[in-house]
Amino acid sequence: MQKLYNSKEYQKYVDKKSPNSKLGLNMLKAFLTGGTICVIGQLLTNYFNSRDLDQIDAATLTSMCLILFSVILTALDLYFYIGKFGGAGASIPITGFANSIVSPAMEFKTEGYVMGVGAKMFLIAGPVLVYGISSSVLLGLIYYIVK
Amino acid sequence: MGDKLLNAFVTGGVLCVIAQILVDKTKLTSARIMVMYVTLGVLLGGIGIYQKLVDFGGAGATVPLMGFGYNLAKGVMKEVDQNGLLGAFTGGIKSAAGGITAAIFFGYIASLIAKSKGRR
Repeated sequence: MQKLYNSKEYQKYVDKKSPNSKLGLNMLKAFLTGGTICVIGQLLTNYFNSRDLDQIDAATLTSMCLILFSVILTALDLYFYIGKFGGAGASIPITGFANSIVSPAMEFKTEGYVMGVGAKMFLIAGPVLVYGISSSVLLGLIYYIVK
Repeated sequence: MGDKLLNAFVTGGVLCVIAQILVDKTKLTSARIMVMYVTLGVLLGGIGIYQKLVDFGGAGATVPLMGFGYNLAKGVMKEVDQNGLLGAFTGGIKSAAGGITAAIFFGYIASLIAKSKGRR
């Protein structure tokens, strides 16, 4: 056991001691989780396409179904386990976006229905919407000029 | 059809693996990575690269958050084509309306019914 003097040395010590295979395993889990969620999405899209819906409506309905699944799983406290297993594989798909809305909404219910549920549901979804929408407006302006 | 599923699996999987590497190798929080993915999706959608990924991977490209950005970009450009400058402000949300509204509405209902175990 070596003596540790400051947090930098401690960090070095931790890095040395933590197993190298962790990243590989996390990558595999993220791949499997994210891939599986997307396959479910593709199955839904195939189904909606077979029901004579156009591409855009099929894609919207697919997102809505995945969001509903995710909301139900989060409410039942099951998405937590998917996230624990899949890491980014669970947070990057649209289901992770839905989870990021419901999870804080449930958690901050004790702070009331307006400033608790209503405000805190955008804890993570808020920034995502702000940057997504703002960059899309910028894109629209540029596209209008150069087109 | 089996091909389509496999392409979706691989495309979605790879997009998530890239995010996982960012989580493990940098100090970025998952909220920052989600913001990055959406913004990158808007950018790649704007220059037409993401469309190629969607053509190949289907839901594997549209289900991850980058697909949300791509959706915003596609909506904005379509609306600018039709309505001019106003489209830059109306197109994005219009095309993402179903997903955003579903997430807020279902999320609100669920939070009324369900209780958090409070372990985060």
